[in-house]
Amino acid sequence: MAEITLKGLAHSYEKTPKGAADYAIRQMDHVWHQGGAYALLGPSGCGKSTLLNIISGLLEPSEGDVLFDGQRVNELPPEERNIAQVFQFPVIYDTMTVFDNLAFPLRNMNTPEYRVKPKVLEVADILELTPLLNRKAKNLTADEKQKVSMGRGLVRDDVTAILFDEPLTVIDPQLKWKLRRKLKEIHERFNITMIYVTHDQLEASTFADKIAVMYDGQVVQFGTPRELFERPAHTFVGYFIGSPGMNFMAVKYQDEQAMFGNQSLPVSESIKRAIAHASSNNIKLGIRPEFIDISASPSTESLPVEVISVQDLGTYSLLTYKLNGQTFKARLPEGHSPVGEAAFAEFDTAKLALYIDEYLVETGHE
Amino acid sequence: MNNKVPNNKAWLLVLPMLVLVAFSAIIPLMTVVNYSVQDVLGPNASFFTGTEWFKTMLNDEALQAAFLRQISFSLIILAIQIPLGIGIALIMPKRGWQASAVLILITLPLLIPWNVVGSIWQIFTRGDIGLMGWGLRELGISYNITGDASDAWVTIVLMDVWHWTPLVAMLCYSGLRSIPEAYYQAARIDRASKWAVFRYIQLPKLTNVLVIAVLLRFMHSFMIYAEPFVLTGGGPGSSTTFLSQSLATMAIGQQDLGPSAAFSLIYFLVILLVSWVFYTTIMHMQKDKPPHGGA
Repeated sequence: MAEITLKGLAHSYEKTPKGAADYAIRQMDHVWHQGGAYALLGPSGCGKSTLLNIISGLLEPSEGDVLFDGQRVNELPPEERNIAQVFQFPVIYDTMTVFDNLAFPLRNMNTPEYRVKPKVLEVADILELTPLLNRKAKNLTADEKQKVSMGRGLVRDDVTAILFDEPLTVIDPQLKWKLRRKLKEIHERFNITMIYVTHDQLEASTFADKIAVMYDGQVVQFGTPRELFERPAHTFVGYFIGSPGMNFMAVKYQDEQAMFGNQSLPVSESIKRAIAHASSNNIKLGIRPEFIDISASPSTESLPVEVISVQDLGTYSLLTYKLNGQTFKARLPEGHSPVGEAAFAEFDTAKLALYIDEYLVETGHE
Repeated sequence: MNNKVPNNKAWLLVLPMLVLVAFSAIIPLMTVVNYSVQDVLGPNASFFTGTEWFKTMLNDEALQAAFLRQISFSLIILAIQIPLGIGIALIMPKRGWQASAVLILITLPLLIPWNVVGSIWQIFTRGDIGLMGWGLRELGISYNITGDASDAWVTIVLMDVWHWTPLVAMLCYSGLRSIPEAYYQAARIDRASKWAVFRYIQLPKLTNVLVIAVLLRFMHSFMIYAEPFVLTGGGPGSSTTFLSQSLATMAIGQQDLGPSAAFSLIYFLVILLVSWVFYTTIMHMQKDKPPHGGA
């Protein structure tokens, strides 16, 4: 069992990194607790896989430490770390049967055959691979192969963490759902730490209890799916999580008002104060499409907007409009009356979030 | 699967290929078949002999000996070149300028014409001026390819290994490069030993290139002609006379068109048969064994 701690970790593929741009992982501290189901979420090229390979030991970090239960393991190769990893494309040993594939890690540790068999049968049963045990692994379908890859991680009793590197990329959508549930089941049954890398927020939030969102070599937020939605700590999280992502407005403080272009925005007192004291010019207000109220008639706090389009997405409609030359998205609940060319938008001031230098400093809600 | 529409016009599309193959293979082969059943005495004097030449050839003791020599030679060089080629490919650098440099160095023997290879080794092994011949003599080892049959054999095998192992190595190298990195990573996580990585990842992934390598090397070594001809001339005695040299002596030296045609056909069929058996065996091994009791 292990708690995985990353201390002052940074990694660069360059021998002599010159600036921040040369780093695949920027300096970070992070703790993965024993038994948690975690997701590492981020766009392609943000450093997710690099971070995963550092944890498993396939890569040695250029700076900082990886600790397993407080023990520094930087120099330990993957075979000595009690970790399993499942890759994006299923890795199977072609010439072996499914049984031999699953038994392979055990046999490599010289486990006596009478202990190999029950363990393999148990894992095959969980993964529903029993009928395939005598088949050559080469002739399986992609999802069966991926299950075999996962199975090899599960047979070892000493495995304390399983790392998944976008394991469902090659799987058909309907099977993805099944496999994800299987993973969840396995997690509950074995109490193994699982870290699941993906760029799909739905996949991340259905699998994980806590999600680490990575952006540009950094973990910008670590929290439950709900926290990521309700209090995005970084503009990137706001933009990346949710569908569609958060709307942002660059604002400045003028005449004791929060100004978006030449439009004064109604904001809460706490946000107004924070804007007034901001030391940077990079000030943004964020609002999720769910918290914009659209109506056909003006009210005291609403702003006139220019409607661009309405998309009917089945359970709700998505309204695109322009305000101050910038495009916004708003979500219209089902049954909401369609609006004409002109409409009025009202932001839920309690849900407005203030970002200074891209990081969250204040929300409207006190 | 049953939505095929029969249309005999489709044969027209096969026609150009058929004409091409006819001129490149079928017609030349048929002229050989034609000779093999006749006794050609002169331009207008030939007799039909049926299968007589084939019987004569199969019972010819000199040819039987040459055939055994040929088979032994092919088996020996395969047994050396395939493992050696794999070994070289495994230790070749994987990237950077070293990889290119090694690739070029290793390819050099392949670029040398066959009779030049024979000449190079002929000089190389001479006791008076050849580096190897002279060196061995200075070391006090008796070595003479014109006098000693086993010296001649060792030298021919060595020459072929030098000339052709690079081909096997290059094929294996390309095969190894095409294995995704994830396989090695997964193997490390599964705690596979170096041997297990070779046995269960590299070797299976090399199967296809190895089939090609074995077939090419078998076919070519079975037809070897120029190199031993230049190096030893088939001697001492007939100890290094291989099939193709026997054939050349018969067809060109003695102008025995009928027997040599029959001989050529047998030669051709042997190569075809061995290659086919080898290929089907390997392909069969890759299939799933039929599952026991239904399912």
